[in-house]
Amino acid sequence: MQVSQLLIFLVLFPLIAAFFLLFARKSLERNWIVKLAALAIGAVSLWLLVAGFDKGMMMFGVSGKALDLAMLAIELVIAVYLLWLGLKHKKYSVVILVVIQAALLLWFELAFGHTLVELPNNLFVDQFSIIMAMIIGIIGSLICVYALGYMEIFHEHHKEIVDRQGMFFFILFVFLSAMFGLVFSNNLLWVLFFWEITTLCSFLLIGYSQTTEATNNAFLALAMNMLGGIAFVVALIYLATLDPSGRLLELSTLLKSGYAVAIVPAVLICFAGLTKAAQMPFSSWLVGAMVAPTPVSALLHSSTMVKAGVYIIVRFAPVLTGTTEGLMIALVGGFTFLLTSCMAISQSNAKKVLAYSTIANLGLIVACAGVGTYNLMWVAILLIIFHAIAKSLLFLCVGTVEHRIGSRDIEDMGGLIERMPKMAVMMFIGMAGMFLAPFGMIISKWAAIEAFIQAPFGLIFIIILAFGGSATLFFWSKWMGKIISVMRNQENVEKTVPQDKYTVLWILTALVVIVALIFPLISSVLIEPYIMDVYGYTTRLAEANIIIMLLMLGLLMIMPFSMLFESKTPRIAPPYMGGRTTEGGMKFHGSLGMSRDLVLSNYYLRTYFGEEKLFMVGVLACWGIILIALVMVVGVVL
Amino acid sequence: MIPEPWAAIVNAVIYLLLAPVVGGLIAGIDRRITARMQGRVGPPLLQPFYDVGKLFEKENLVVTTTQNFYVLSYLVFMAVSGALFFSGGDMLLVIFAFTLSHIFLVLGAYAAFSPYSHVGAERELIQIIAYEPMIIITAAGMYMVTKSFYVSDIVQSAVPIVLYLPGVFIGYLIVLTIKLRKSPFDLSTSHHAHQELVKGVTTDFAGPNLAKIEIAHWYEYVFLLGVVYLFFGFNPLLAIAAIIIAYFLEILIDNTTSRVKWQMTLRSAWLVAGTLGIINLGVLYYLRMVIVP
Amino acid sequence: MSYLTKSPWILHYDASSCNGCDIEVLAALTPVYDVERFGIINTGNPKHADIFLVTGSVNEQNREILKNTYDQIPNPKVVIAVGICASSGGIFRECYNVMGGIDKVIPVDVWVPGCAARPESIIDGVVKALGILEEKRKAMKIPAGDTA
Ligand code: SF4
Repeated sequence: MQVSQLLIFLVLFPLIAAFFLLFARKSLERNWIVKLAALAIGAVSLWLLVAGFDKGMMMFGVSGKALDLAMLAIELVIAVYLLWLGLKHKKYSVVILVVIQAALLLWFELAFGHTLVELPNNLFVDQFSIIMAMIIGIIGSLICVYALGYMEIFHEHHKEIVDRQGMFFFILFVFLSAMFGLVFSNNLLWVLFFWEITTLCSFLLIGYSQTTEATNNAFLALAMNMLGGIAFVVALIYLATLDPSGRLLELSTLLKSGYAVAIVPAVLICFAGLTKAAQMPFSSWLVGAMVAPTPVSALLHSSTMVKAGVYIIVRFAPVLTGTTEGLMIALVGGFTFLLTSCMAISQSNAKKVLAYSTIANLGLIVACAGVGTYNLMWVAILLIIFHAIAKSLLFLCVGTVEHRIGSRDIEDMGGLIERMPKMAVMMFIGMAGMFLAPFGMIISKWAAIEAFIQAPFGLIFIIILAFGGSATLFFWSKWMGKIISVMRNQENVEKTVPQDKYTVLWILTALVVIVALIFPLISSVLIEPYIMDVYGYTTRLAEANIIIMLLMLGLLMIMPFSMLFESKTPRIAPPYMGGRTTEGGMKFHGSLGMSRDLVLSNYYLRTYFGEEKLFMVGVLACWGIILIALVMVVGVVL
Repeated sequence: MIPEPWAAIVNAVIYLLLAPVVGGLIAGIDRRITARMQGRVGPPLLQPFYDVGKLFEKENLVVTTTQNFYVLSYLVFMAVSGALFFSGGDMLLVIFAFTLSHIFLVLGAYAAFSPYSHVGAERELIQIIAYEPMIIITAAGMYMVTKSFYVSDIVQSAVPIVLYLPGVFIGYLIVLTIKLRKSPFDLSTSHHAHQELVKGVTTDFAGPNLAKIEIAHWYEYVFLLGVVYLFFGFNPLLAIAAIIIAYFLEILIDNTTSRVKWQMTLRSAWLVAGTLGIINLGVLYYLRMVIVP
Repeated sequence: MSYLTKSPWILHYDASSCNGCDIEVLAALTPVYDVERFGIINTGNPKHADIFLVTGSVNEQNREILKNTYDQIPNPKVVIAVGICASSGGIFRECYNVMGGIDKVIPVDVWVPGCAARPESIIDGVVKALGILEEKRKAMKIPAGDTA
């Protein structure tokens, strides 16, 4: 197959699978379809990697005019559907936003529809797209497989929720298709189309359980993403006004057209990116989205869809380099990183911690892309990769644990190492991947510091990283400490976890380690050529440092084996509790013969890192910055 | 510049061999000076070595065998980070390895699942987040002066770094108090006897494990004082004098203050990093970027 | 001589003393006696201790604690009963709730007499204990087969 055919396959095949899933009634059928489709998608993504990694940017013409119209029609149908839903649930803000967006789209079509020429290259693929495709194709399809087992148990546990699994998997695969479309589209109209589809999927999946909370949160997510969508449409209208033939709607052309032309759409589209990536002040939708079933959080709200937001910002990074507008966007990312990292400290709900940490990492990526120097771009892409793997692993682990122990509260995860040893080890590795040297995220953080210090105004971000980074350390370590604490008399409840889930989890765990091992290769094969294409020069970590990191990783991996070579046989004694403990049960004997269980709880430092307070600060600061950026854009337009 | 591999390896080996000796001696001197400040005679100079030797003679008593793994990792990665530092490696990598090693200590304490260890671990974490920003700011400051993150370049720089980074230097000294587990910031554990938290983070480590923790502390001392050296790298004699004075000051503070709460620790460390550190770097940045482009 | 004798760390436990002996124990730490000269440290933690120094007699309330604490001291370890209460129950011996000396619960190696025991005799007792500690260390090594 040609590369272009691979692209089309990746966009269309999930769609076909989705339709089959819609009609698959039995769970056995569904199982097979999902597994086979996942296998095919994963394999073709790898094929794309092999076929395309050394070719640089490739563009393909796909006859577009009819497709364009079809897309417009679908978008309008969606608009009507959302309008209906909005009215039904009395969400008038959504109604207004839908109307505005639909009106803008219609106007765009009426005003420019006849002048737009057919773009020669609607599709493209380069190393960055390939990286994104790998994330979607491999991690995405793994999560879909995981979802099979998860949803079964989910419905067993929640009898009150209507079983709409057919619908669920349909949306999941439509989403995969849209994501592929998004990263392969060179035509901004197409990007917008796929963008809106992902918003819709996210909306439907958040509301899956149809509880009041889920519905409200779904509409919140929708409203915020629509805001971004409107900015996107405005950007398109602006571009069409500049050149009614619509050549600027081609992403590759736009990016090369220079500051004067590109900055306004860049800022508007980056604004859309900020909403999609749940940056402050829009962070609340992602936190709310955690009501969705966990595979959804893993797929849409950590590893792929929110990455679309940063994807588009990273695409526009070359335009933003060295501009004040870029700095503003970077500042939004930076503040989001700092504040949400701190907010995560105060949370004990595991999914919320993961959500805040996701927002924080996206913020860091936005900060890198906003400043937009070549070495920061390198960091941003590296972050996208590392984060997608480690975070999806963690989400899936939390989902599995939740089904076993019936809680997603970190405080209930004490002694997981005894109760679910394998799961605890996987979570340990996933968390190590998020904040410990020499795993992925810390490599990126390191590279980020080295890159920021050379960038204009980089000092601000160094300081943000210094403080935000240490907050990150705190909430991960205490969670880690919780799961590895060895409590007594715990029962192992792990055996009941289905094998499918384990396979997926082990693959992801292995990926966390493998990617940390081979990241120099990923960098030299995929990231560096891309940066080279865009900027004309590139960067990497010093070779000696890479070797040291690899040695450290090796050391870290052999350390556990030290337990096999104890020189003295240890004697086990209960922990010191002022002498008052009795063997085993860890109870305090109180007065009057009362006996009390030992309960240990983590610190949440709510007075300092309380959610509400920091959120207010963030919202005010980030709105302020965004408004300044928008005003500057208006200045450029006038 | 990345240091020559052979010279680097030799330096690392020298550090790995000598640092425990030097660190132990520093601890011994510390204990004697402390005793004198309290009007006592104090233990022999080599007392820390006796203590560690003794601990190795004891039985390996654990709450869970995983503690052995965490403690060993703590020691190994502490040694690794110091070795990276003295072989002239990248400051940031050194800091990350340093953090990694501390996380292992914290995890070891969590693993024990005991009230004292647990609170000790939480406090140790608070200490880590309290000092980390300042340490990163220190590295960033050194980069701004010398244009390199490599310790080998920073130490060879003829520039009097301390004159460019007075705020950062003071800030570093303040977080050094946290790092050396000196009062008033000895929240998680300290070298003094009886305290409200028994022995905090080290409560449930006994015998050989405690000995390893002690050795790790010695490695840590040498590394931390090595950073003080960097500020005065242009004049080795001055640098040694600075280290001695700095350490003496730490002992003095240790003996004249009482332990504060974690709130105060976190606030003061972040405040110091946030004011002294940032203002210092900001001024430097301004001078570098605006006045002399 | 092993390191053990150069660095004996003490855990001081007040079973149900009248506080007289405790004050004398603490006096040994003051600048006048300064036991840290001999590397002696008063730890508050059985897991770090080598010498278990107990004052006061055993009763129903603290029997278990005494036993627990003793168990949590890593070997080799010695127990010193300080004061006549710890040795035999002393003047509380006849109380309905007192079992007697601490040797009713844990094995005692050194008895330090006195009511209250004088700091000098306490230090003397510790020095005696060091000899026993050393023997215990040697005894510990032989079954393990590490050295001859
Ligand atoms: S021996 Fe005397 S001084 Fe000591 S505890 Fe008993 S009564 Fe008090």
